[in-house]
Amino acid sequence: MAVCVAIIGKDNSPKFLSSLNPDEELCFQYKILSSLDIVEEKIHGVNRATDNRELFLGLLYALETHKIYGYVTNTKMKFIIVVDSSNIALRDNEIRSMFRKIHSEYADIICNPFYIPGEPITFKSFANNIKNIMTGTV
Amino acid sequence: MCDQSVFEIFHSELVNYVIQNNETQLKNTSKTHGEDLSNLEYIGFSTGFRIIERLTRELPRFRDELDTMKFICTDFWSAIYMKQIDNLRTNHQGIYVLQDNCFRYLSKLSNTKQYLDLSPRYVTFTCGLLRGSLANLGIRSIVTAEVQTMPSCKFHIQVQRN
Repeated sequence: MAVCVAIIGKDNSPKFLSSLNPDEELCFQYKILSSLDIVEEKIHGVNRATDNRELFLGLLYALETHKIYGYVTNTKMKFIIVVDSSNIALRDNEIRSMFRKIHSEYADIICNPFYIPGEPITFKSFANNIKNIMTGTV
Repeated sequence: MCDQSVFEIFHSELVNYVIQNNETQLKNTSKTHGEDLSNLEYIGFSTGFRIIERLTRELPRFRDELDTMKFICTDFWSAIYMKQIDNLRTNHQGIYVLQDNCFRYLSKLSNTKQYLDLSPRYVTFTCGLLRGSLANLGIRSIVTAEVQTMPSCKFHIQVQRN
């Protein structure tokens, strides 16, 4: 179960953010935006250990309270998931499948004619679906 | 088989719609110059921009530009046109030529020169589609099409480097 999900655009501008506890949202925004440098390093970095071409980037960094995971699509949209550090039951594979679900939600929303690509996502149904993915109810 | 023809009919209606729209606009402004297909190109662009997210969802990250072009020639083309590109050529400096020997939207027209001057109508949407998909994958480009003999078509992609 994740505590926060964010979608960041090609130009590193925030498109969507959803967190379980709205009071912590500002703190999450800070953590997510500061993790973007690591995302950049992982996809463009010169000393990439292996030629990893998977969309899922794995653990970006771990803080005392939270762990932050990243995923970048072929179109350079960035998805970030923040997980509570105390939650050790959550494995990489579960995070990966969570990302895939978010990606397919995003593919649906971008095919929605009412959504203009590049704008922040404000659809209620999308927010609900992401909440469900976060809490693991789908 | 049936679902494929629906898509072709939809495309030809799209072409008709754009051309009719232009004709009514031309009447109002009383201009007398040739066909304006930029609307059709733009519809293609936004379609490509949106659909590419779905088509690349299950794929690993592309290594470079050529890798992306190979994807366009194989997976992308077979998803939309039910076949692969017959020939891909490049000068490795940002120009790619994609040749389709039996282009889906032209294959239903006469093989002779009868409709040759109308062929731009049926390739413009695809030019936009290519440009939109590449744009979303981070490659800015100019796409033009060339039809010399009827069912075959060449798409020239010029990548804008700066």
